[in-house]
Amino acid sequence: MIKGHSRELSVAGAIAVLFLVLALAAPGYFSRDNLTDLFLANVPVLIIALGMTLIILTGQIDISVGSMFAVCGVAAGVFVKAGCPVALAGLGACGVGAALGAVNGALVAYLRIPSIVVTLATMVILRDGLRWITQGAWIEDLPSRFQWLGFSRSSYQAVMFLIAGGLSIAIGWGLRNLAAGRAIYATGSNAEAARLAGIDTRRNIFSVFAIIGALTGLAALLNSVRFNQIPSNAGLGLEMKVIAAVVVGGAAITGGTGTILGTVLGVILLGAIGPALTFLGINAYWEKAIQGAIILAAVVADAARMRLVPGGIGRDASSAAKTHA
Amino acid sequence: MIATLLEATSITKTFAGVHALKGVAFDLRPGEVHALVGENGAGKSTLVKIITGAVAADSGTLTVAGKEVSHNDPALAHSLKIAAIYQQPSLFPHLTVTENIAWALEKGKLWHRVDWKGRKRQAVELLGRAGASIDPDRIASSLTMPEQQMVEIAKAIGAGARILIMDEPTASLSDREVESLFQVIASLRGQGCGIIYISHRLDEIFAIADRITVLRDGEAIATKPAGEVDRAALIEMMVGRPVNAIFPKREVPLGEIALELRNVSCAAAGLRDISLYVRTGEILGLAGLVGAGRTELAETIFGLRPLDSGEILVRGRPVRIASPVHAIEAGLAYLPEDRRRHGVVLEMAIAANCSLASLQEISRHGWIDAARERALAERYVTELRIKTPSVYAASGTLSGGNQQKVALARWLATGPKVLILDEPTQGVDVGAKAEIHRLIVDLAQAGLAIIMISSELPEILGMSDRIAVMHAGGMGGILLRAEATQQKILSLALGHTPTGEMARIEE
Repeated sequence: MIKGHSRELSVAGAIAVLFLVLALAAPGYFSRDNLTDLFLANVPVLIIALGMTLIILTGQIDISVGSMFAVCGVAAGVFVKAGCPVALAGLGACGVGAALGAVNGALVAYLRIPSIVVTLATMVILRDGLRWITQGAWIEDLPSRFQWLGFSRSSYQAVMFLIAGGLSIAIGWGLRNLAAGRAIYATGSNAEAARLAGIDTRRNIFSVFAIIGALTGLAALLNSVRFNQIPSNAGLGLEMKVIAAVVVGGAAITGGTGTILGTVLGVILLGAIGPALTFLGINAYWEKAIQGAIILAAVVADAARMRLVPGGIGRDASSAAKTHA
Repeated sequence: MIATLLEATSITKTFAGVHALKGVAFDLRPGEVHALVGENGAGKSTLVKIITGAVAADSGTLTVAGKEVSHNDPALAHSLKIAAIYQQPSLFPHLTVTENIAWALEKGKLWHRVDWKGRKRQAVELLGRAGASIDPDRIASSLTMPEQQMVEIAKAIGAGARILIMDEPTASLSDREVESLFQVIASLRGQGCGIIYISHRLDEIFAIADRITVLRDGEAIATKPAGEVDRAALIEMMVGRPVNAIFPKREVPLGEIALELRNVSCAAAGLRDISLYVRTGEILGLAGLVGAGRTELAETIFGLRPLDSGEILVRGRPVRIASPVHAIEAGLAYLPEDRRRHGVVLEMAIAANCSLASLQEISRHGWIDAARERALAERYVTELRIKTPSVYAASGTLSGGNQQKVALARWLATGPKVLILDEPTQGVDVGAKAEIHRLIVDLAQAGLAIIMISSELPEILGMSDRIAVMHAGGMGGILLRAEATQQKILSLALGHTPTGEMARIEE
């Protein structure tokens, strides 16, 4: 966290180059409508990516967030159709998410099952469990008070901005300044040293899974109020988008390094590039390939830097090797 | 018949500036058991690794069966009929016994179809020759330690090894199993194999070896026929170096008993019935051979391993320590052995490392007070003379000695009463070593009770008020500073008392 901000700078540079090209070749990209759409579409990704940053910082991974996103969205719809106030339905969605996350967390932290296996299982269980319960049906006929959270369209946008910005700043600030944030870095960087220093690494791991669950619930709520129905198959592939943004933002997949600023920039870069292709007249089928190339470039840049600085900044040979692999 | 199976001349090897081997010569004849003895760090393992091709020598020549080997590697060593059996068997835990043995027999043809029926017959036959009756279908991880050792031997026999290296093969064996191992060795030697035998157990050496080579500080001190040396002479050759460092030891008035262990046992850690105490102001050296259980004892005291029986008392009061959190609350601090793996968090800044074990004290309602953290870190950077441009530099950029000081700072920041240091000067250069020694003495003078684990006898002798010597998970004996010598410590560590007098065991 304190090893300079080279990754943040290079991602910011990439965003600047992208915007410069767009400004010259396709100024229509910067129309108010397009930017608003882009922003609204990426707020859920950002909110979950904040949680994923915590997960990855502790050296874990959660690939069940896409399925959790669908479950929480449907839960929000069910609550509100049952007559709950929107705020309560929202809390309910977050609660469902937190509970699901806590199950993941308990299995990973206390039964010590690898997180990739646990969340692979819960990803499938939640996705297909939801399909079975809803029989594939979408939640429709949502009350109008649910639309835009009951705000006007423009106030809703402002609220989204406040929530996304506020959460990013709060979590970023907390990671730097709270003892709990320090404990998260220490857990992911060197779990054994952290444990010897009296840090409850298992509780930390449990907590970050519960937190990402709650954030996924919030993201699902904020996303579903934009539409008239809530699909039961939402969030397909969302986990990969989120993980990609965090990795591009500079978090080491092995844990211990990464910042919220990096994640925010990662979300912006990957979120901005898809629509940009359309504006630049490039076939949209290239979108995923280009995103993949960006991820690879980010990781290769890391590996190259490790190679240039033998024993690298704050990194021993074995963890560098893990990054290579 | 060839006169020498293996000949190594003027082998040198340097690890990060430290001379592990300085021009060592060694030879092995067919049909002999050649023992290799020496203290921890004398260079035995390095020499073995060079012979097996696990590491490359910096210079020197290795001749196997009359042919010079220029670039040794494990595959080449295998084809030269060199096999090694280590203290910790290295079987594939998920494979069966047959599969493990077959692996050693395959000739490296990747697409060759394995004749499993034939391999199983061979496995049974080889196990028989190794003197073991083990079901070849069992999974390796289900075998006991001695059984795994037997499978290793069967592998070596199956590979047609002419040069067999045994590194502490009896460490986990019972007397009866040692006996049957010796029979196997006798029959191998009858077939013309040469055996390099490494052991800390001098009884075994004298029972089985034809010749003995003593390594000390990376040099081959002497090679003698086993009949021409006795135990006392051997121990003297092993430790015979002069105490070449001057330790800044000061006499400090000793206070109350800060930490006491009463009959502590922990089966998982292999510890049995350990009693010791340390007073404020005192430095208790904890000596013993690798594997004697020193680190395990430290980990048990610090709550990393559960106690089966016995009591831990801190300042006279029994305490229950089930986790490092309890240990820190009780006023204990533990600087672990492997600084890079368990000590310093390399990615983190020096300040963050210093405050890691005392985050509560520098935080208000969970918020880290950056000014207090900075003050804390700067205080220790000054006091411990940590050489760094800033307390916000990443710890990974520091030298080994300075990293160790950062790890020490973390524990001093918790305000401990008892400090357990595990190999505090391992892998740091000479200058930093002297500084760390000075710090340890300062801390004792400031009223800390210190337990210092070290494999370096001069360090133990130079720094300790008393020396507790562990042997095979138990307490071999406790020596006072005045009476302790390298010979006495080594004798206790080897589990016997050569001078005839009983070691003092204090309650």
